[in-house]
This record gives sequence, structure tokens and C-alpha cells, in this order.
Amino acid sequence: MSIDLSQFFDVFFEESFEGLDAMEAELLNLEPGTEDSETINTIFRAAHSIKGGSGTFGFVSVSDFTHVLETLLDQIRDGQRVLTAEHVNLLLKSVDCVRGLLSALQAEEEPDLSESNELKARFEAILGDESPEVVEAEHSETVSEALQSTTYQIDFKPESHLFKTGNEPLYMFSELAELGELEVNVFHDGLPEFLEFDPEDCFLHWRFFLTTTREEQAISEIFEWVEDDAEIKIEACGGLFEDESPTVQQASVPEPSVSSNADNLETVQQPPAQSENATNNEQNQQAEESLAAVQKKVESVKSNKAESRKSTDSAATSIRVGIDKVDSLINMVGELVITQAMLSQIGDQDITESSIAALQEGLTQLAHNTRDLQENVMRIRMLPISFVFSRFPRLVRDTSQKLKKQVELKLVGEQTELDKTVMEKLSDPMVHLVRNSLDHGLETPEERIANGKNPVGTVTLNAFHQGGNIVIEIMDDGKGLDTEKIRSKAIANGLINESDELSAEEINELIFMPGFSTADSVSDISGRGVGMDVVRRNIQALNGSVEVTSKQGVGSTFTIRLPLTLAILDGQLVQVATHTYIIPLISIVESLQIDITKVSKVGKGLEVLRLRDEYIPILRLYDIFSHQGAREELDKTLLVVVESDNYKIGLLVDDLLAQQQVVIKSLEANYQKVDGISGATILGDGTVSLIIDISGLIKLSGLRRPGSTELLVDLKGEEAEPA
Amino acid sequence: MIDQVEVNQQLMFDGESDEKQFLTFMMHDEEYGMDILAVQEIRGWEPVTTIPNSPNFVRGAMNLRGTIVPIIDLRMRFGINAIEYGPLTVVIVVSVKIKEQQKIMGLVVDAVSDVYSIAEEKAKDVPDFQDSDNAYFVHGLVNVGQKMVVLLNLEKVLDLSDKSGLKG
Repeated sequence: MSIDLSQFFDVFFEESFEGLDAMEAELLNLEPGTEDSETINTIFRAAHSIKGGSGTFGFVSVSDFTHVLETLLDQIRDGQRVLTAEHVNLLLKSVDCVRGLLSALQAEEEPDLSESNELKARFEAILGDESPEVVEAEHSETVSEALQSTTYQIDFKPESHLFKTGNEPLYMFSELAELGELEVNVFHDGLPEFLEFDPEDCFLHWRFFLTTTREEQAISEIFEWVEDDAEIKIEACGGLFEDESPTVQQASVPEPSVSSNADNLETVQQPPAQSENATNNEQNQQAEESLAAVQKKVESVKSNKAESRKSTDSAATSIRVGIDKVDSLINMVGELVITQAMLSQIGDQDITESSIAALQEGLTQLAHNTRDLQENVMRIRMLPISFVFSRFPRLVRDTSQKLKKQVELKLVGEQTELDKTVMEKLSDPMVHLVRNSLDHGLETPEERIANGKNPVGTVTLNAFHQGGNIVIEIMDDGKGLDTEKIRSKAIANGLINESDELSAEEINELIFMPGFSTADSVSDISGRGVGMDVVRRNIQALNGSVEVTSKQGVGSTFTIRLPLTLAILDGQLVQVATHTYIIPLISIVESLQIDITKVSKVGKGLEVLRLRDEYIPILRLYDIFSHQGAREELDKTLLVVVESDNYKIGLLVDDLLAQQQVVIKSLEANYQKVDGISGATILGDGTVSLIIDISGLIKLSGLRRPGSTELLVDLKGEEAEPA
Repeated sequence: MIDQVEVNQQLMFDGESDEKQFLTFMMHDEEYGMDILAVQEIRGWEPVTTIPNSPNFVRGAMNLRGTIVPIIDLRMRFGINAIEYGPLTVVIVVSVKIKEQQKIMGLVVDAVSDVYSIAEEKAKDVPDFQDSDNAYFVHGLVNVGQKMVVLLNLEKVLDLSDKSGLKG
């Protein structure tokens, strides 16, 4: 009789990755000297769950590794050891390492143990070298009580179903034995006759005498998982019995400068790990460090692979949905059922005048229900953007250490909700932008001081809703974009001509051109040739846009605008000749009949409408889409003024039809990308209608020069218009 | 699970004989064949939605139970003069892997004809008719009775981004 444990693997991996994320977040909150026991407890619990789970499923590599990690955390938590910056670094590395191991296991591959072994060795070195007792002795004032050995009598009487809950008492006993001197007595008086013996039940109970320097809490924690399934009695029978909680708290806030560990506290602000080791540790540790660095490089290729696979996998995994969202869905389905019952009741009767009125009312209600239901179903996919933001504290910490820059990361609007699909695809471009800000944007502390700025640079991630869009800003207070440098680089790359006169905004826009990188040297962090063009392309693929504003010496801001969801769009149906197109309602500014007296021709036949104080270029949709038989006279047609990337254009259509919500379908899936079209949808009558992509349309019409933000309305630009 | 079953069926089929089944259709009095495993369904012609600025052989897009499927006129793809669509005109919906991507497309042909089991090795190589661009689309030629059937290489026929074939 065996249970197929593999059915639980997915849940285990998911929970473990969540646990790791939690550990990482808490570790980043944990600066030495300021730690509180609650934070450490959270980290410990996460590590403990991973260890427990991996042990159960037989992932020995993970459970072994988390065990040493847990031992260290346990000692820190109990105040036997003082938390140092080195510990935090090491723990962060081990989070990565465990994540790597788990990803490998999830992909059913042999996990690469070299990194975990090496980290394990370092943990063991810490645990061994500076034995807790030494530290304690130095903190004799605060932890002296803990040093006193106490003998506890522990009665452990499990319920018969203990094994079925997946607990193995043997593990607990060996953990107990690690705490101190253990005497075990087993009582087997509960054993039944052999014939009645059920091997899956537990008939034994135990009494232990444990002589330990540890608190009672440490013992009760071992039994934490079986509390509900067993009678547990822990009593101190020899030595002192102490109320342990205040002791622990005192112990975890040690006086600096007492021990060698305390020296580490002062080096927290020194970013590179090497200098820390050089001052504090023996040289062999340093050698280990460099060895680790070499190994890491070798393995980075592998781990990258694992990570990328993970990201593709994650698209198919589950999402967690708040129970309130599910409840409201159930309510709505309830209403829908009632409406349906009402309608079918009307349908069963003979049709009379009064039943028609009721039918219409029912249909209105049905439309209402459907819309509510749709909105709520969409909301299930919405997650707070903190899922993306949460990875940045770590990234900023690591990157700024590598760059020897001091950076403060501010996160604003973390609760802003966003579609999960959008979120997944948003992550990479954002990482790129944040790295860019750190690498190119922010100056070194020395430069900042020289410029009269706070040596600590600030990077702010800000998310908020604006209309039907979500806007994400990545702001830094660094040196801003160097327009001269960009300009000369663009000339060197042949992107623009020497004679081109470009505004600062136009120059800034050039960084989004393919193959553009101003990094003087290719660094580890950015400037690998994969540049802002990829960022822009990725975001445009999500129907979004990215812009940059920058002020030299003050900083730069990248603004990403994205639709809240990719699946549904409010559309305006328009008619062009015999064809029906959909214009996203969100981009429509207004629709109007053209006053032909206000239309003038500019340059090569481009018509411009003067609308209040603006000149709106007129695009004839039938012309762009090469359709025959459309109305061509301006006074018999309608103009739909749309806005994209802050520019307005007018689209000439034959007629406006209905407004409705449409479900976006991919045209590309079975066909290919069509210029000026962002997708397709199916109308109520089953026919296909195409959705217009405004910015694509502008490009298609040749109104806009690549790299320029100005529409070519003025005569100066007209000359450069591509034929 | 389902995948496995499908694979097994195919294996069984292959195991029984080396013959493959081909669906044939008529176009301009010629008989063409395609691997029947690629065929999803056969439908009558219905008006489609024009895709702007597409090559002339792309008739437009159709709603196939919620999926947007492009419809390709095979006559125009081969450069044969177009005819009016009649009651026999059919759309053969095929699922083909093009550049690692499974795509569903519809092919407009004059009429469907028959299903033949043909041993693949019987298919003759295309004679060297360099003067015709269409040779590019042909997988092989095979004789069935008195008739000659042109077996198509669907991947090439439907790879619209491939400019090496005939331009529409």
C-alpha cells in the first residue's frame, strides 16, 4: 500500500516557492542589529515548512540543506547567536540556492548540488567555528540563565493516527537528541494482540528526560506539528525553570562591540562582501568566497536556463483567489440562475402583451447579470502589482552592492491590481528599466556628493490606475539622460543625420531604437546590446506604451502605460465601405462631422482639420486599408478623433455603428501580424471584425518618422516623410 | 493521455502498412492531394472578413467556433486564374505546423474529390520543371489508376512569410 506522493508535488513546489519569496522579503527587512524576533520567526517557519515538506517527499538535497539553514536561524532566534550582515547575505544566497534546487526538482532534473554543498559547508563552518556557547559566554549577562542545564521530563503520547498525518516520531526524537542529553523510555503496554495489530496505527508512547541548556520553547517547537495529534507534557524536573520569553528578547538585542560578530554589524554599509570577510574572517574564508564566485559563474548559465523554464511554466500554474471574489461570483451565478428561471417561465407561457414587457425586463436583467459576471471573472485574474514589485528590493540590493552605489528603493501603489498575464510579461521589461536606472541613471555616492545631492540615490516604482489603464513609473533621481551623448551615438549608428535638428524629447526617444546602447562598457548589469527597443517591443506587445522624460542632473522617469486586461475591450464599431472595424473606445477623444471650411492641405496632400486650437491630421481609413467603395467626400463622412502616445489623429469612417464590449482574439495565432490591426473579435452575428491599432496605423500611414515623437504635420518634417 | 492515444493510433496505422491516406481535391481540372491527418474539417464557402493589405490569395478571416482562421484561396496562391465561387466550392480547414507553431488555416479549393491510400515511396519526385514556381509547393507526384495526383507540401504552401514561393 503506497500513496502516490507525486500528486502533491505541485502544491509543495508552489508553497515552497511562496515560502522562499516570504523568506527573501523578510530577510531584506532584516538589517543586523535591528532584527525583531517576529521577523526571524517568519523566516524560520518558512524554512521549516520547506524542510518538512521536502523531507516528506524525499527531496533529501533540499531537506538536508534547509536543515543547516534552520539550525542557524534557530540559534539566532533563541538569541544564542547574533545576526550579522554575513548571515543575511548567506541566507539570501541560500534562498536562491533552494529555489534553484526546487526548480530543478520540479522540472524532474537532477539538481545541481555543488552550490548547496558549498553553502552548506559555509553554514557548518559558522555553526562549528563560533560555537554558540562562546557567543553566549560573551553575552553572559543576558543569556546566563540559558546556560544553566535543565532537565525536562517530556511525556509524548501520540494518538493512534499519528502516522497517517505524515509525521515520523523518529525525526522528532533525533531533533530532540540534538538539543542535549536525551534519555528515552518507550511504553509498549498499549500494543494489541498480533492479530489485531494494525501496522498503520501507533500504539507506543514515550517518556524522555532531556538535559539541555535550551528553553522549553525549543522543545515544544519540535512537537509543534503533532500538538493536535498527541498528548504532550513538558515539565522541568531538575535545574532552574525560567520564564523564557523575556530572556529571548533580551538576548536577541545584544550590545554591539561585545563579540567578534558585533564587528560585522558595523560593516553593513560596506557593500562588497569581500571586504567584510577580509576584516572579519580568516583568509581561507576569503578563498572560499572567490571559489564560490567562480563556481557561480559556471553555474549561472545552468541556473538561467532553469529560471527561464520556470517562468514559462509559471504561466500554466494556478493563482490564488481571495475568498471574497469567489463568494461574489457565486452570488452572481445565483442571480443568473434566477434570471434564467424567470425567462424560461415566460417562455413557457403563451406570448401576450404583458409577457413581452416581462421578457424585455428579463433580458435587461440578463444583460446586467452577464456584465457583472464578466467583470467579476476578469477580476479573478487581477493580482496586486506587488507580485512584480516584490522582486525589486532584492534586485536593487544586489545590483547596488555590485555597483557600489547607495540606493533607496521606494514602492508606491503596490496594491494596484493588474491582469496576471500582463503582470507576467511586465516583469522582464521592468527589471531591465530598473537595472538601467541603477547602472546608468544613478551616480556613485562620490559624484552625488560632488553635485550636492544626497549620497543615497532614490529609485521609485509607482503604480496607479488612470482611466482604463495602469500606469507604472520608474523614477530615479540620477543624472538623467545625456542628450549630447545620445545624439552623437545616434549619428554614429546612422539612426539620424548630422543635420537633423531634434528636440530633447526626440533625442530621448532615440534610446528606444534597435541596437542603441550608450553604455561605455558592457557591464554585467546592462548594456549588453539588448536594449530599450526590446523593452518597448515587449510593452507594445501588451498594447501598452513606454515613454521617457528626463532632466539632466535631476533624474529620469520611465512611464509604462498598459491596458488593465488583455482579454476584453470596450470598442466602437465603425463602418468603412462594406467593412466593419473596431476602434478601442479608450483611445477615442471625440467623433464629429467635418466642417470642410476648416480643412486645409499640407504638403503632399495631407489634410489637416483645425479643431479648436489643434491641427488634426486626417487619415482616410479606406485608403490605408485599400478598400473600394467607401464615401470619399469629407462632408458626407465622419471623423473619429483618436489619441495615441499623446498625439491626436482623425480617422475618416463612413459611419459609426454600435458601441460594445468585445473579446479580443488573436489574429496572429493562425495568421501573422497585420500592420494597423491589433487583433480580431467575433461580433454578435458570428462574423469576424478587426480591431484597429492606432499607433500601428500612424506608423502605417507614414505620418510619423521612426524615432520621432512629432507627427509630420509641419512642413519641416514633411520633407523627410518616407514615400 | 489523449496525446498518447493519438500517437498510438498513428503508430498502429503506420504499422499495418506503409501507406498514408491522402485527401484529394480538384482545382483547375487537376487533382491535388494532402495528408489527411492535417485535415480538420471541410466546410462550404461562406463570406469572410477581409484582412486589409493582405496578399490577394488571403481571402480574409473566418470565425471557426471562436477561433480566427485565415482563409487562403489556393488558386490564387498557385497563380491560377480565379473563378466564381459556386456551390461545390469548399474550404478545407487544415492544422499545420509552420515554423514550430501549430496554425489552423482554411484553403479554398474548387471541390473535394476522394481519399486515397498511397504508399509514400510510390510518390515520384517532382520533375525538374524549373520554369514553374509552383514546383516549390509540390511534395511529389503519384499515379492513381489513370490519373496523376499532385501531393502538396502544406507547410510550404501555407508559410505565408516565405517569399521564395510564388508571390500571390
